[in-house]
Amino acid sequence: MKEIFRRLSEAMGPAGAEEGVRKVLEEELEGVVDRLETDALGNLYAIREPEGEGGLTVLLDAHMDEIGLVVTYVEEEGFLRVAPIGGVSPQVALGQRVRFLGGAEGVVAADHLDDPKELAMKHLLVDIGAASREEALARVQIGEAGVFVRPVVEAGEHRLIAKAADNRAGCAVLVEVLKGLKASPHRVVAVFAVQEEVGLRGAGPAAYRVDPDLAIAIDVTLTGDTPEAPKMAVELGKGPAIKAMDRSVIAHPAVRRLLAETARDAGIPYQMEVLTRGGTDAGAIHLSREGVPTGAVSIPCRYVHTPSEMVDLRDMAGARDLLVALLQRPITL
Amino acid sequence: MTTAAQEPLWTPTKGQEALITRLRQLSELDGVSGGEGPVREWLRAQIEAQPPKGPFTVETDPMGNLLVRVGEDRPGPRVMVAAHMDEVGLMITAIEDDGLLRFRPVGGIDPRILPAQVVRIGQGRVPGVVGGKPIHLQTPEERKKAYRVEELYIDIGARSRSEAEGAVQLGEYATFDTPFQVLGEGLVMGKALDDRAGCLILLELLQEEWPVPFLAAFTVQEEVGLRGAQVAAYRLNPDVALVLETTSCADLPGVPPAKQVTRLGAGPALTFRDRTSIADPQLVRLLIQEAEAAGLPWQWKHGTAGGNDAGAIQTQRGGVRVASLSLPCRYLHQPGNVLSVRDLEHGLELARRGLHAWARELSNGGDRR
Amino acid sequence: MTAAQFLETISELPGISGHEGPVAARIREAWAPLVDEIRTDPLGNVIALKAGEGPKPRPRVMIATHMDEIGFMVLSIEQGGFLRVAPVGGIDVRNVLAHRVRVLGRRELVGYLGMLPPHLTTDEEMTRPVPMKDLFVDVGLPEERVRALVEPGDLVVREQRAVQLLGGRMAGKAFDNRASCAAAYHALQELARRRHQVDVVVVATVQEEVGLRGAVTSAFGVAPDVGIAVDVGFARQPGVEKDRSAEPGGGPAIALGPNIHPQVYRFLVEQAQREDVPYQVEPVPGRTGTDAWALQVARSGVATGLLSVPLRYMHSTVETVDVKDIEATGRLLAAALAAMEPEWVRGLSR
Repeated sequence: MKEIFRRLSEAMGPAGAEEGVRKVLEEELEGVVDRLETDALGNLYAIREPEGEGGLTVLLDAHMDEIGLVVTYVEEEGFLRVAPIGGVSPQVALGQRVRFLGGAEGVVAADHLDDPKELAMKHLLVDIGAASREEALARVQIGEAGVFVRPVVEAGEHRLIAKAADNRAGCAVLVEVLKGLKASPHRVVAVFAVQEEVGLRGAGPAAYRVDPDLAIAIDVTLTGDTPEAPKMAVELGKGPAIKAMDRSVIAHPAVRRLLAETARDAGIPYQMEVLTRGGTDAGAIHLSREGVPTGAVSIPCRYVHTPSEMVDLRDMAGARDLLVALLQRPITL
Repeated sequence: MTTAAQEPLWTPTKGQEALITRLRQLSELDGVSGGEGPVREWLRAQIEAQPPKGPFTVETDPMGNLLVRVGEDRPGPRVMVAAHMDEVGLMITAIEDDGLLRFRPVGGIDPRILPAQVVRIGQGRVPGVVGGKPIHLQTPEERKKAYRVEELYIDIGARSRSEAEGAVQLGEYATFDTPFQVLGEGLVMGKALDDRAGCLILLELLQEEWPVPFLAAFTVQEEVGLRGAQVAAYRLNPDVALVLETTSCADLPGVPPAKQVTRLGAGPALTFRDRTSIADPQLVRLLIQEAEAAGLPWQWKHGTAGGNDAGAIQTQRGGVRVASLSLPCRYLHQPGNVLSVRDLEHGLELARRGLHAWARELSNGGDRR
Repeated sequence: MTAAQFLETISELPGISGHEGPVAARIREAWAPLVDEIRTDPLGNVIALKAGEGPKPRPRVMIATHMDEIGFMVLSIEQGGFLRVAPVGGIDVRNVLAHRVRVLGRRELVGYLGMLPPHLTTDEEMTRPVPMKDLFVDVGLPEERVRALVEPGDLVVREQRAVQLLGGRMAGKAFDNRASCAAAYHALQELARRRHQVDVVVVATVQEEVGLRGAVTSAFGVAPDVGIAVDVGFARQPGVEKDRSAEPGGGPAIALGPNIHPQVYRFLVEQAQREDVPYQVEPVPGRTGTDAWALQVARSGVATGLLSVPLRYMHSTVETVDVKDIEATGRLLAAALAAMEPEWVRGLSR
């Protein structure tokens, strides 16, 4: 799990330009599933046909895109002006290293402000060491996307600090599920979705295409276990979280119950999640066609939408075990 | 997720059951300050049905206090025990052309609790609802403000002033239409437990044999300034007085222990002083001694906020030595007062033992000589 | 059973968005004898079909009345056993303080949304609503018992029995939009005595309060030619502008605007006039905030109408309606469905 996660996390995949992540996933999954497909938006489908009859079509989703920056303008002096891709905070971005898709690297700086509290996205600059607009434009283009650069580090025995743990943690879990799944009566379609961070745009069309009987999104969630954190029961390291609600979806009661029962039967510690900010691909999936009973399994993650997101390997392993256990049993909703 | 037919969360003892039944009846009576009639009539009927032991008189004074004197000719200190019958509520102050009713609070009500409450008005118990503007139509500025009483009104369904006037009179009282309920484990919730719980204890104490003159006062108008107790104490002319009350209990999330005042279930609370009176140290000491001797839990009322009838009683005629025994009560002056049945039992027991101790120890008539 | 009695029953049942089970079951039970087929779709929408008498293929007319209500979900359990809650739908904190709730945990618990006493409240705080994060539910149990019975994600339903006011007005919780479910029930009762050409599909939708979600999927599933949403609308009350509200007791408000097909609007008005049903006109310049908004853009587009039952104090536990308006809404629906000719429906997309 750790090595797959490392490869995925360190790959580049800003929303709308997820090729780098897709390539890693294709390499990991070649031969593991019956078929790999990519659709018009860039969603990757890993399809595993059922063993036996009577199963459901189960869609598992993990988005592969990450937040980042996009070049909007180049100043005369060679500095890049940027806009956010997804939920980037200027305070967090300041001082970070950025790598653009074409390979140029730079540091996020800002216009001088008398009051640093006023820092806004419009003040940010990326300095790629270019001395002029011409020099800059030789290395980056207007509209080119970039992501923050950070290697994965191990924090103690179980925890990892990484960029894009949102949602490469989910991607890693899905890869491990597909690898670990022995016999399943269900047709399993794992969707590695694009463009979640800009409005759940990949997952809706993916769900329409798959037309599943049941869907489960795997994504990270916030925790309430840091000092003075807003009230939330989820803690890092206490197991995967079964989603009850977020801003985009109210988990289908039967799916939620099914996940909790499966976890209890398999002896997997789990937590219940109520997220009052943010949404997930489950929001788009459950509204597809005539509606899809949808739930979500979340990986607790601290410092979400910073380049140093922290996840716990035990939570990821628990999520994997939960999903494998679920897919190996017959399901009636 | 929820399954029917389960073990009850909590099973009261026979004695607790009896207390709960009577407290329910008291809670569901309407008696806003100045309109305590239904409470007084019920209490009077109870007393007449189960008369006190020994010679007694029952009277209603000009303000509406219900006064019961038992064994007034007996020797020893004249002991007054008081509990107020009134509750906070609303008064109808105007009827609008569109049939809506304007109102003002009677007693201390945080206006923030009023929107969307169901109330009942007057002797006819006409139902009404407290209305406010839908959240959808509020401006962002409006959403940041709490309602002021002047912005609220009661809707009884009337379409016009004349239709409303057919059902409701100006000056009638409205009370919260909240059913009494057992809550969780050993708690009860309802309106007006402040101070019907005190009334219930006093009613029970009237069944006890007292060696001294026992002067029970079910008072009016506590919530608007301790006004009933003032004249009741003058009339009864006691040496010592015990006020049976409820008191603030803020053992709630985010409240530091020093500011919780009391904790629910930790026993009746004794006051050393509050905004209106300083408790007599000897009376309090006797209460504590009795509690400790009998192994009854008790607690201090931490802090000096709030006041009760003791303030008015203390200064009547030549002065009266007072003490208060209060039940911790969450959400005072709201539709859902919450108190502990164990605290109620312990409060009753401590009042009983404490008053006997006073009778024993204050044989000189209660003067501090 | 009258519409008012039906409303009283379903109002008191729990049915928070996404968890409409109990109210859905009751609605299904009441509607079933009045229709030809009834089913529940994957998200829980109750879909009832009453076949018309016209030649096949018959146009389909979908009536959408959402049945979900706003409420809370347990967010965390505090020291002392108090519950912190997250809102489901548009909760106005000012309308819930000092109110009773039911906590649907491993078993049902009575709860109270408590407030701190005045000595812990500054004068300034008294002028502001209590922030959602400071709300708590007291269930009167020791912490360890709460933890054994309640977990994050459990539902917290507002508790209020229906109250009869003067002159046939009623107040209660979840009248938004169970009042319209009752109106649809009334319409089905009327329709049982009348003949109609088109297929009528009455849908009690889920999850309206969290973003019209049930209407999105049920409209896809039903694929109607005409859609009429029935919801509650703002009734006149102090502080509410005249042009954004309807007179309580004045009959259903028939909406018009970009969300509404002009011919559907006109048709509804004509039927109201023809059958002498009181009605009001409600111009809405954009988003109606109702299931009609989702219906209109389902699949390749639906000719949409909207009827609103005037209601005061929306999103509180004392939502107030006039029973006459519910009945009038039901009568108008029945009249419109009975009068609808297949040829007229086909003409809508010509």
